[in-house]
Amino acid sequence: MSRIVIVDYSCGNIDSVQSAVNYHGQTSVITKDSEVIKNAEKIILPGQGSFKTGVKNLKKYGLFDLLKTKILEDKVPILGICLGMQIFATVGFEDGQENGLNLIPGTVNKMLTKELKLPHIGWNQIKKKKEDTLFHNIEEETDFYFVHSFSYICDNENDILTTTKYQNTFVSAISRENIFGLQFHPEKSLAPGLQIIKNFINI
Amino acid sequence: MLKIRIIPSLLFNGSNLVKGKKFNSWRTVGSVFQNIKLYSLRNVDELIFLDIEAYKNKTIDFNLIDDFADECFMPLTVGGGIRNIQDIEETLRRGADKVSINSGAFHNHNLIGDAVKYFGSQCIILSVDYKIDEKGNKRIFLNSEKKLSNIDLFEYIDKIEAYKPGEILLTSVDHDGMMKGFDIDTIKKINKLSSTSIIASGGAGSVEDIYKVIKDANVKAVAASSIFHFTEITPHNVKNYLSSKGIKVRKN
Repeated sequence: MSRIVIVDYSCGNIDSVQSAVNYHGQTSVITKDSEVIKNAEKIILPGQGSFKTGVKNLKKYGLFDLLKTKILEDKVPILGICLGMQIFATVGFEDGQENGLNLIPGTVNKMLTKELKLPHIGWNQIKKKKEDTLFHNIEEETDFYFVHSFSYICDNENDILTTTKYQNTFVSAISRENIFGLQFHPEKSLAPGLQIIKNFINI
Repeated sequence: MLKIRIIPSLLFNGSNLVKGKKFNSWRTVGSVFQNIKLYSLRNVDELIFLDIEAYKNKTIDFNLIDDFADECFMPLTVGGGIRNIQDIEETLRRGADKVSINSGAFHNHNLIGDAVKYFGSQCIILSVDYKIDEKGNKRIFLNSEKKLSNIDLFEYIDKIEAYKPGEILLTSVDHDGMMKGFDIDTIKKINKLSSTSIIASGGAGSVEDIYKVIKDANVKAVAASSIFHFTEITPHNVKNYLSSKGIKVRKN
């Protein structure tokens, strides 16, 4: 089995991500050590908190450029979860403006709501926009657990994997070649979430 | 569309799970691990675990959280005795997804602001217990001190909400454990006034009670304890009933 590295950049509860990976009998390592990440065969970028802090921490640990190389040049599969996915964007507008990894061109903006409250928190369903191995064995309209106030706007519609409706329809999963991002938390979404983690392990 | 969350809340007294009436006359209702396992198997939407005696020991039993968090592939909220940023950090590190803060925030509103800054609002739940005084006013009740404060519920929420907690767990002490329905008027008012999502708590005795608070107070999340401990009703039964009434619930 391949070596999965879960990137620890001091943004949120990542133990549960490892529990979900371990559940499938897959070994994984949680690290911020660039040497370990250099040898990763698969990368999970979890994360909660703000876009700006996330990017700042990746840079502080010397991981920002390393991740870009690993993913864009070495084509290592990466799964971004929540903030981890948002950081794939070209630019984010949380706490001012900040450039992201620009792995899948797009912007991250605050969700527009009227009577509905933010954060968008709870279980909500997905609608598939294209077929992808990441959603193998996941039925249309399956519910996943979300907690976020910002969402991804893709420059290229082909990068959209699923959408979800809150006040408005937003992008809930993205993919392009070896790059996968989920706005929801698969590690907290019971059996369907574990299935997605399994699909990523099997890629 | 966002689904209604039905959240079993588990109260821990340091050795067992317990449930009382109006924050009193506690009865033992089972072991922690059995219940967590059961709810995991039952695929509940979310779980709340509150150590109601933690304030006496200064902090929560972190090893315990460590032990059961791995079993939870659903969101897990942990609370009890949270006083500072270090307590929150440790609770999250041991596997909680969200931390519930009650009297720690009452005595220091900044704790919510700081916590949100460090960890993000998504993992900070403000827990508010209130009780009606002899004049009919709703005031904040402090379980850690077993006393009714002189702070008005509405003023408190208005003030502390500015610190942007992710959610508010709102519990009526008078309705707690009575299993005779929720304090719908108050929950409705708070939900309207507040820009924060409310988790309604205190009073669920039947599936109808839960339906009513969702429909009349327009809340998106309900926490309940006695109904799951003392009746045959499961979270699944509740969701089936809600679904039959046209309320959207998680299917899978």
